[in-house]
Amino acid sequence: MSIRDQFIIPKRYNTVSLLLMAIGLLSIGALWFTHGAKGGHEGARFWASLLQNSVFFLLVVNASMFFICATTLAWGGWQMAFRRVPEAISTVVPVIGVICLGILLAIVFGGDHSIYHWTDTHHVAGDPVLNHKKGFLNKNFFTAATILTIGLWSLLGWKMRQLSRSLDEHPISDLEGRKKYIWNNTVWAALFIVVFALTVLSSTPWLWLMSIDAHWYSTMYSWYTFASTFVSGVALIALFVIYLKNNNYLEYVNNEHLHDLGKFTFAFSVFWTYLWFSQFMLIWYANIPEETVYFKPRAQGIYSGIFWLMLIINFIAPLLILMTRGAKRNYGTVAFMAVLIIFGHWLDFYQMVFPAVSPDHVPMILYDFGVALFFVGLILFVVGRALTQAPLLAKNHPFVKESLIHHT
Amino acid sequence: MSVQKFVVGNFYDEPVLFTAVKKVRRAGYKLHDVFTPFPIHGLDQAMGLRDTSLHTAGFIYGITGTSTAVGFITWALTLDWPINFGGKPFFALPAWIPVTFELTVLFAAVGMVLTFCYLCQLAPFVKKDHFNPRSTDDTFVMVIECTEETNEAEAKKFLESVGATEVTVMEKETGWWLGRYDRDTEPTAQTTNA
Repeated sequence: MSIRDQFIIPKRYNTVSLLLMAIGLLSIGALWFTHGAKGGHEGARFWASLLQNSVFFLLVVNASMFFICATTLAWGGWQMAFRRVPEAISTVVPVIGVICLGILLAIVFGGDHSIYHWTDTHHVAGDPVLNHKKGFLNKNFFTAATILTIGLWSLLGWKMRQLSRSLDEHPISDLEGRKKYIWNNTVWAALFIVVFALTVLSSTPWLWLMSIDAHWYSTMYSWYTFASTFVSGVALIALFVIYLKNNNYLEYVNNEHLHDLGKFTFAFSVFWTYLWFSQFMLIWYANIPEETVYFKPRAQGIYSGIFWLMLIINFIAPLLILMTRGAKRNYGTVAFMAVLIIFGHWLDFYQMVFPAVSPDHVPMILYDFGVALFFVGLILFVVGRALTQAPLLAKNHPFVKESLIHHT
Repeated sequence: MSVQKFVVGNFYDEPVLFTAVKKVRRAGYKLHDVFTPFPIHGLDQAMGLRDTSLHTAGFIYGITGTSTAVGFITWALTLDWPINFGGKPFFALPAWIPVTFELTVLFAAVGMVLTFCYLCQLAPFVKKDHFNPRSTDDTFVMVIECTEETNEAEAKKFLESVGATEVTVMEKETGWWLGRYDRDTEPTAQTTNA
């Protein structure tokens, strides 16, 4: 069998991605006619669905670039055999970024205040809590921060990919040149990490998601969101790696690499639970009404089913299923758990967004699945195209040997 | 029964050691162990060692810790001496999670250390076979266990042929040992003059 270094999109892959996008567009259309067009609280249900899905999938694909930069900073070499996969996934960031930006701005400037109460200046003036937060929660800051955030993610991600691809045509043979290349990579990766820390790890989830419950706040929230999207991001990388491996690509990737991806998925599932619990327990223990107001509808109200279900999917299942070494080295088990974990964290985002938007009844979740399918199809479509752009092995990278002989 | 004997060979190179391990196993000798100054990836597979079941034991200890913590706190705070803490229910599970977690870790950690010591037969004053002091410094030491069918002279020759130096035949240490390594004499060894 010949070495397949260049991804060629199979016909079925294209059909599936286009079909998913079509189903997604149909769902968005249906949601618009049943809810969106009516405006007010009914309309908020439409926008909340778009908000939840676009933010979730944007953060998940952006986690790929975080994965690349974190491993680069740590001078890791093991991921080199499949590094083109997270690179390809990160090309989706500008695409979903623009969609997400459009949705966020439409919600903020749409004139309806059902999702972001703080956009209502009359209401804010008479509300001491929101008035106090005016410096952070206002339309101008929100817009500027959002544009800057998505712009910097896209720009720095593009730079990291350029650095990686520049070696394909022009290999560096001398040691000094290689050292310089690694240093160059380290600096850009560090820049991305700093931006990432100031956005996903702190301000962005506060602005985009937490401000739906404008009165409530939690400093844990962003870390929690990060853990949620990073574990889903690693699961997504694992899924693409398994897909390519099953189609005879990535010949140097073996179950040693899969084992490490499995370890990441397992470890960050536990890390997510740690943050989830840290947020939950302190509020539960202190029992202050202005804080418990967030958990009341989720843990004890009508959303409790989703709330506890996602805890089982995101914690108990990975803990027990991915614990053994054999499970993490098994393509079938990892693929199944990756799908389950992405779904679980999607549910997590669902219960982060909807209880504030629809406090009286749980909205029909099938619509939101449909909307999610649009983004899944979009990710498949864009990643497939990005994978064809470059060889699947970054064969001239100084660390690539380390990955080829990787052994855990 | 006579005292257990070993044929001990010394290696200076990893690649030589790897091929030697494979050749020794293929020749049908009983490999007792290989001692290296640092962990070598893939050596356990080459030696044909099975995966350790230490982590299974760890899981069982962990589960024991979890149930001990939850069981005891539940009994103490709901049955034996219920106290009202700030209006919380007596069965206040979230508050117990940190303690449960700590006890799980404690049980798993202590249990695994003790199991490890048992599996390796490590305890204070137990005399361990010390095949070559340099195995803790700079050489790789391969030890072949002599069975009834093993011809020592042949085994020595074979080890030398696959790249070993300073091949010796040693007897198993027995019993307990009180004293200090620096004051102890060199391990009993019959140096070959091959």
